[in-house]
Amino acid sequence: MLIKRTNQHSLRHGSVAESLAGQAGGLDRRSFLRKSGLAGGALAALGTLPVGGVRKAEAAMAGPLTAGATVRKSICTHCSVGCTVTAEVLNGVWIGQEPSWDSPINRGSHCAKGASVRELVHSERRLRYPMKLVGGQWTRVSWDTAINEIGDRLQAVREKSGPDSVYWLGSAKMTNEGAYLFRKLGAFWGTNNTDHQARICHSTTVTGVANTWGYGAMTNSYNDIRNAKTQMILGGNPAEAHPVSLQHLLEGKELQKANFIVIDPRLTRTAAHATEYVRMRPGTDIPVLYGMMWHILQNGWEDKEFIRQRVYGFDDLRKEVEKWNPEEVERVTGIPGEQLKRVAKMFATEKPATLIWAMGQTQKTVGTANVRASCILLLMTGNVGGAGMGANIFRGHDNVQGATDVGLDIVTLPFYYGLAEGAWKHWSRVWEVDYDFLKSRFDSKQIMETPGIPLTRWFEAVTLPKDQVAQKDNVRAVFVQGHASNSITRIPESLNGLKALELLVIADPHPTTWASLAVEAGRKDGVYILPVATQFECKGSRVASNRSLQWGEQIVKPVFESKDDLEIIYLMAKKLGLADQMFKKIKVENNLPEAEDVLREMNRGSWSTGYCGQSPERLKAHMKNQAKFDMLTMRAPKDDPEVGGDYYGLPWPCWGSPEVKHPGTPLLYNTNLHVMDGGGTFRPRFGVEREEKLPDGTTRKVSLLADGSYSLGSGIQDGYPEFTLASLKKLGWDTELTEAEMAVINKVNPATPDAVSWALDLSGGIQRVALAHGCVPYGNGKARMHAFGLPDPIPVHREPIYTPRADLVAKYPTLPDAKQFRMPNIGFSVQKAAVEKGIAKQFPLILSSGRLVEYEGGGEETRTNPWLAELQQDMFIEINPADAAERGVKDGGWVWVTGAENNSRARMKALVTERVGKGVAWMPFHFGGWFAGKDLRGNYPKGTDPIVLGESANTITTYGYDPATNMQEAKVTLCQIAAA
Amino acid sequence: MARMKFLCDADRCIECNACVTACKNEHEVPWGINRRRVVTIADGKPGERSVSMACMHCTDAPCAAVCPVNCFYTTADGVVLHSKDLCIGCGYCFYACPFGAPQYPKVGNFGSRGKMDKCTYCAGGPEADGSKEEYEKYGANRLAEGKLPLCAEMCSTKSLLAGDGEIIAQIYKERVLKRGYGSGAWGWKTAYRETIES
Repeated sequence: MLIKRTNQHSLRHGSVAESLAGQAGGLDRRSFLRKSGLAGGALAALGTLPVGGVRKAEAAMAGPLTAGATVRKSICTHCSVGCTVTAEVLNGVWIGQEPSWDSPINRGSHCAKGASVRELVHSERRLRYPMKLVGGQWTRVSWDTAINEIGDRLQAVREKSGPDSVYWLGSAKMTNEGAYLFRKLGAFWGTNNTDHQARICHSTTVTGVANTWGYGAMTNSYNDIRNAKTQMILGGNPAEAHPVSLQHLLEGKELQKANFIVIDPRLTRTAAHATEYVRMRPGTDIPVLYGMMWHILQNGWEDKEFIRQRVYGFDDLRKEVEKWNPEEVERVTGIPGEQLKRVAKMFATEKPATLIWAMGQTQKTVGTANVRASCILLLMTGNVGGAGMGANIFRGHDNVQGATDVGLDIVTLPFYYGLAEGAWKHWSRVWEVDYDFLKSRFDSKQIMETPGIPLTRWFEAVTLPKDQVAQKDNVRAVFVQGHASNSITRIPESLNGLKALELLVIADPHPTTWASLAVEAGRKDGVYILPVATQFECKGSRVASNRSLQWGEQIVKPVFESKDDLEIIYLMAKKLGLADQMFKKIKVENNLPEAEDVLREMNRGSWSTGYCGQSPERLKAHMKNQAKFDMLTMRAPKDDPEVGGDYYGLPWPCWGSPEVKHPGTPLLYNTNLHVMDGGGTFRPRFGVEREEKLPDGTTRKVSLLADGSYSLGSGIQDGYPEFTLASLKKLGWDTELTEAEMAVINKVNPATPDAVSWALDLSGGIQRVALAHGCVPYGNGKARMHAFGLPDPIPVHREPIYTPRADLVAKYPTLPDAKQFRMPNIGFSVQKAAVEKGIAKQFPLILSSGRLVEYEGGGEETRTNPWLAELQQDMFIEINPADAAERGVKDGGWVWVTGAENNSRARMKALVTERVGKGVAWMPFHFGGWFAGKDLRGNYPKGTDPIVLGESANTITTYGYDPATNMQEAKVTLCQIAAA
Repeated sequence: MARMKFLCDADRCIECNACVTACKNEHEVPWGINRRRVVTIADGKPGERSVSMACMHCTDAPCAAVCPVNCFYTTADGVVLHSKDLCIGCGYCFYACPFGAPQYPKVGNFGSRGKMDKCTYCAGGPEADGSKEEYEKYGANRLAEGKLPLCAEMCSTKSLLAGDGEIIAQIYKERVLKRGYGSGAWGWKTAYRETIES
């Protein structure tokens, strides 16, 4: 029996039946919202509906029930594909969804989540009003009271422990405008402890990929995968995580008769459609990739000319690859040499080939090195910078790319400017505030320029001895707006953090496991819950994985007492006395900052990433003219009056000011096109030359600029560094700058205007002149196979902290303990202790985790949606039939899963399946609301508990942090399973 | 007049359940009733395939043949509908249906069944097209608005096709020809007594 597919009989299963009491059987409460829309039903009581409107609708009863409805478009909030949601709204009620035929991305389609988003807005289980925990009871409070009390308590923490003792945890669910303002609030508050979901999904991608060729984002697009002759997916299951992308993948596979290779420990729903499925041991991505490269180099399949012109560090890499002969690869990964040779040949010779990945590569202690090795494979085979190629990195949330870009992060200000003094000065110019004012908000200039604490370790920042946290004091308060707590590993230890906090503020449409676990941790007070509107109740821009910006309209007004993210940020800023400075250049009406104005401010400061050309007007024109964009090229006809020649969503970089009319860049680093048609080069971000030590002790200087390769129509037909006023002068192009532009440049740096670069020039003049000469503003460099500066400049295989192959740890140990991000990372000691204690004998099964199509992230929102919840009613663990037989575990039976740390245990159902290999178990990570076998339904404020609850995978997960980003280890640990 | 049919291309279906929730959304189908579902065979094994299933709106529908109260009728578009006013919830149609389409809300003790509910091809029921009464009993009537069933319109991979039988058969045929493989139009022989040759 398939426990996934339980339908009616599961209704009898305790918790679900209970939670649906009064609703199951027959048609439910407000069975037909469409009728409600007409009769002014469920939501009319909120006073949002004009009575007159209701009467009018009653009178117009003749035709279809949707007659007279307004159509509004927004973007689905459940993954990064960026599907347009088309809503029909009548009298302020969202009464229906229609296919979005015009979107070149989803072309009418949705997955289970997208096809049911309407319910998220109307859910009766949404938070209705602010609440606080008083003596262990959830008590209603007004917004005024909540904001005032929270503000006072934050100030108290600040006075006692300094600004870094407040942790600002934002969200990839926010629009660009929300995420940007949240980061800005952190900056004005005076801390870099501002993070969001990118930390736990693709922080390693951003760091690893940017360190390779300039920007850490998907190089091509979902649509462009249709051009590939070989699609290889390593560390992703898009059939469940990004279902609509499969439209492009499968049609591409069919039309091109393409190879469709899936390398994964599980035979996933994606693998079911593969032409070649390769099963690997979890945590051995680098040996798999090097194993492929070994065959490529042995057979001379590498792209020698591409490497010569556009790649740095090939010889260093070759030395590492040579260690990975087929025997060693098979010993470590379990993949037979012949199969890997076949795959390597396809990838290198049946071009164009693309490499697709998601969290299978990134959520690991070696995440950064994994994605680096993936980029290296692409570089070696010349598969970057053209159609059908590239690193197609599938991001997770609908706006995780955008939230990353706008700098809701611990290591940078918006748009990857970093945290150095120059970056702060740039943003203080954009914000028109005094740099010294910003500096005064921080504990010190030094901490102002120091990366903050990663969200993966927030609880350690609360509970570690004070001297181990390199800031004035421990974290004392957490303000979380739109982030699940059950998505973070080591839940048993996070309970200690929840207990020790002085203040916890949860701003979300749902109470989330922050609330239920805080109560479980024993809290009686000091917790506030603020109801936030869903993104369908807000307007603003979102960035899909392919870097396209899409403007979503407000479909309906925020329901109940919930508020737009932007309004909450404004109210907090106002209470903290920061609003006047923070919103100096942004229009605010009724406490709601205008999203368009926020985007305009971003446009004025985001030269480094090319977010400068995407004005709200242009984005709105794109949504209005969706049908005009070609599905394959994503480009509109050049003669169109509104969007002529643009690529859909103006995928960044979209250079220059909006007036320059840059069309956006659909494929990064594509030298086959003129830069004004979206062409580009690799970004020289790490200097123009490097001194290398030779074996004989001498040194030589090696250029990091491209060699004889340049984008079409380039005024400089070779590599070149980034543009500055000085370099324009050298080329004699500075005379093309207007007087007004020169005035701005002189204002940016009055002392040495020559040093003003393309990224700091607020006039956009330097970019404009470079573009006019067919040059890319950031320069034309080589991609790095050898990424000096990273912990492992050349990727090195390192066994997971908790590995079943203790025999391999001596040869492939994790990196030594070190201080990172204000905290100690003791991975090496933990790994050593695990080997010495023989943990792998007590916990012999590898535990991995992943996504289900019906749910997203921590899952509280989607588990609250009955249309989805009905399809997945139980938390489960997949176990191979052989492992199940050894343990007497039956399919569908209850089991206890125990973990390698904290005596952790979790109770769930077993799904006995060959989907996982012997020795491997797998859990979905969307469940929450149970802890160690205990149902926490009673811990939620009454009526707001999700329909389906279950144990969280992260109750069992363990220590392990990527040294470059402190990404958590969510994909490989150890466990034991026993029948319950 | 068009003869409306469903066709699920099992080589495209990824079991994403969009069809299931689109149906729930469009008709506000309550918990426990599934007008459409996705069935996976060889789950987790090589050769795993999924198919989206609902009422296929058969030619000479077996449900109609066994109904003791004659509540079924076939529209000019070939869509098999029924009258909930006539239905007595006997359950015969459930046994006759080769696709497991009929569903029954549980209405009382001792397993007593309510009136049968099933996929309407988004074509409502006997009441006036687009009326409130029709919507309450059968859900939306998209066909009357010139739209196709939402499950197929929203299918993530364009695996589930709905529309005139000849047109969707042609689309499928071309697809199979181009890619070189196809596992046949699933259920067509049973429902429509025909197969698609390619």
